[in-house]
Amino acid sequence: MDAITLNNLAIGQKATIITVGGEGILRRRFLDMGLTPKTKVMVRKRAPLGDPIEIFLRGYELTLRLDDAKKITVQPEEV
Amino acid sequence: MSLTFALVGNQNCGKSTLFNYLTGSNQHVGNFPGVTVQKKEGILLKDKDITVIDLPGIYSLSPYTSEEIVTRDLLLRNKPDVIVNVLDATNIERSLYLSLQLIELNTPMVIALNMMDELQASGGSIDIKSLEKKLTIPVIPITANSGAGVDELVRRAKTAAETGQLPERIDFCKGPAHVAIHSIAHLIEHKVRQKGLPLRFSATKLIEGDDLLSAELELTENEKDIIGHLTTELETALDTDKEAALADMRYTYIEELCSETVHKPDESIAQQRSVKMDRYLTSKYFAIPIFLLTMFTVFWLTFDVIGATLSEWLELGIAAVTDAADAGLTTAGVSAPIHSLIIDGVFTGVGSVLSFLPTIVTLFFFLSLLEDTGYMARIAFVMDMLLRKIGLSGSSFVPMLIGFGCSVPAIMATRTLASERDRKITIILTPFMSCSAKLPVYGVFIAAFFADNRAQVMMFLYLTGICMAILSGLLLKAFVFNGQPVPFVMELPAYRLPTARNIGLHMWSKAKDFLYRAFTIIFLASIVIWLLQSFDTRFYMVEDPAQSMLAQIGSFIAPVFAPLGFGDWRAATALITGITAKEVVISTLSVLTGSGDEMVGSALQTIFSPLTALSYLTFALLYPPCVAALAAIRREMNSGIATLCIMAYEITIAWLMAFAVYHIGKMLGFN
Repeated sequence: MDAITLNNLAIGQKATIITVGGEGILRRRFLDMGLTPKTKVMVRKRAPLGDPIEIFLRGYELTLRLDDAKKITVQPEEV
Repeated sequence: MSLTFALVGNQNCGKSTLFNYLTGSNQHVGNFPGVTVQKKEGILLKDKDITVIDLPGIYSLSPYTSEEIVTRDLLLRNKPDVIVNVLDATNIERSLYLSLQLIELNTPMVIALNMMDELQASGGSIDIKSLEKKLTIPVIPITANSGAGVDELVRRAKTAAETGQLPERIDFCKGPAHVAIHSIAHLIEHKVRQKGLPLRFSATKLIEGDDLLSAELELTENEKDIIGHLTTELETALDTDKEAALADMRYTYIEELCSETVHKPDESIAQQRSVKMDRYLTSKYFAIPIFLLTMFTVFWLTFDVIGATLSEWLELGIAAVTDAADAGLTTAGVSAPIHSLIIDGVFTGVGSVLSFLPTIVTLFFFLSLLEDTGYMARIAFVMDMLLRKIGLSGSSFVPMLIGFGCSVPAIMATRTLASERDRKITIILTPFMSCSAKLPVYGVFIAAFFADNRAQVMMFLYLTGICMAILSGLLLKAFVFNGQPVPFVMELPAYRLPTARNIGLHMWSKAKDFLYRAFTIIFLASIVIWLLQSFDTRFYMVEDPAQSMLAQIGSFIAPVFAPLGFGDWRAATALITGITAKEVVISTLSVLTGSGDEMVGSALQTIFSPLTALSYLTFALLYPPCVAALAAIRREMNSGIATLCIMAYEITIAWLMAFAVYHIGKMLGFN
């Protein structure tokens, strides 16, 4: 499968982070929260109003907005 | 020997639970100077010589948020005797990311591995001995909820503090990062030593592009060039950028460390349970109904059942005490002005504010329940979309909602918001949510002028408040807080049972906070209003309130309101007394019109027309909240000037909106 951005990852699908974009405090926050390249993530669900999303990584649940998730590229795992 | 322990850890790691366990009610909650970041200090219950500081929950020592900056400043400058780094054992990888930065601070440090019971119950284990050996600092498993292991933690922390035992330098860097860190450390060593800063911390932060530190070290252009060059080399060698390189270096080390010392399932029992609960609580169809039902229940219990009953009892008690004091003063033959000061000024003023107390305490019981269980984070997740446009996140939803009940606890509830910007904006917007004390004012006016359109007028007022909040949010976002907001990248902690101690202490701390204000700023305000109400300009006590200084001030400012349609001095005077409490607007109008409570409606019809009444209500809705709410704003903004600016803003908005209502209404042919 081709690399996609995190906001496009299907619910329940696992993937590995390839690059982490964003700038300044957003990028810093991504990295500090453990969204670093090679980390495995899984999208758990979308909020009822469609945004933000909940993801699972490094053994915990994290929520982030779709706009921010666009800045992270991931390689989906083969199903 | 007196010692200081600093508790540092991520949000939701159980740091505050540990702090509460250690200090009980021996704690003082204040603010860090100049910011809205909370600072909690306490004395250890079992050892009066030990001061414990509970620092804000943070994930990193990078200087981006005010929480991170104050934590850093305190750790670097006030140098606690020991850092007690609290980790969530079920979430150890991410927790250790902060630990690796704390170790670089070159301060005695111990790790409190919290929630060990949960990890073990989930079938996990951590090789404590091996972790201690690799990190070269003491690691103590604890369960902050029950207090298991806490005595041992205190003992080891105390030893570390007394012996000044430092983490042996650990080199968790490899290859290019190692080269860059060590070269920079070598370059800046003399400057760092002069400033008394930790060397390795400074070197890694300079690579990460930390401007605060770079300025503090007064680096020369040449030194900056060398650092820039070394950083570029690092970036080229690793084919990434400096920030990612260092984050990756830390996490890579942590992954290795954990693979050798930690055995845990992907998800702990609590996490699995949370995922199951969230199938309903954050699901597409149930999430919002469940949330609304929860908030409705909280409001109903607080404002109608528990809080209201307690408030009534307290009012009865206050009335009894007031009567007794009244009788006592009469018997003692105290002079009339003093008598009036004590009864009409102090007792009535502070008494009316005190009757808020049960509501506040009850509300904070429910709020800490929502917070401590982890549900509050879900509300933020579910409602985030709605507040995003005005530059806030879902976390502000609950405080703003509480504003419809009472602005005081709503403003106090902003304390739990994760960023200073969000706290400030939420504090400014909350008073626009029409609070329940304004209802009696609307009620009387609506009965007198809008008997046929009750619902429409009520809707108009509430919606105007909400629209003004949205507008203000947009204005603040565009002109005042126009920097990059703290991103909404938030952990959803596992649902956990709250502890009675945490909830009790939270309620107590809010009650104390409020009482303190009731007896200082609100006390003073009551006396001032009483003075203005009871005396004329020659300082003679007046019989007729129309002769008082307050009435004079009312007459003086009344022309300001003439363009809004209500230039009557009584209308203006009632708005001034309304600052003590919103419902007082009605009682003042009834006194000044000499109508008594029963007839106030018909008396109002002599002052207002339906259109000017609507203009007046619009003004009353939007102008500055009561003195208790203003005191809360002052406290949470940590700035008197900011509070005055907010008041000026609210007066302006209220004036403009009432002006618009009056003139648009007139153009449409209403009167």
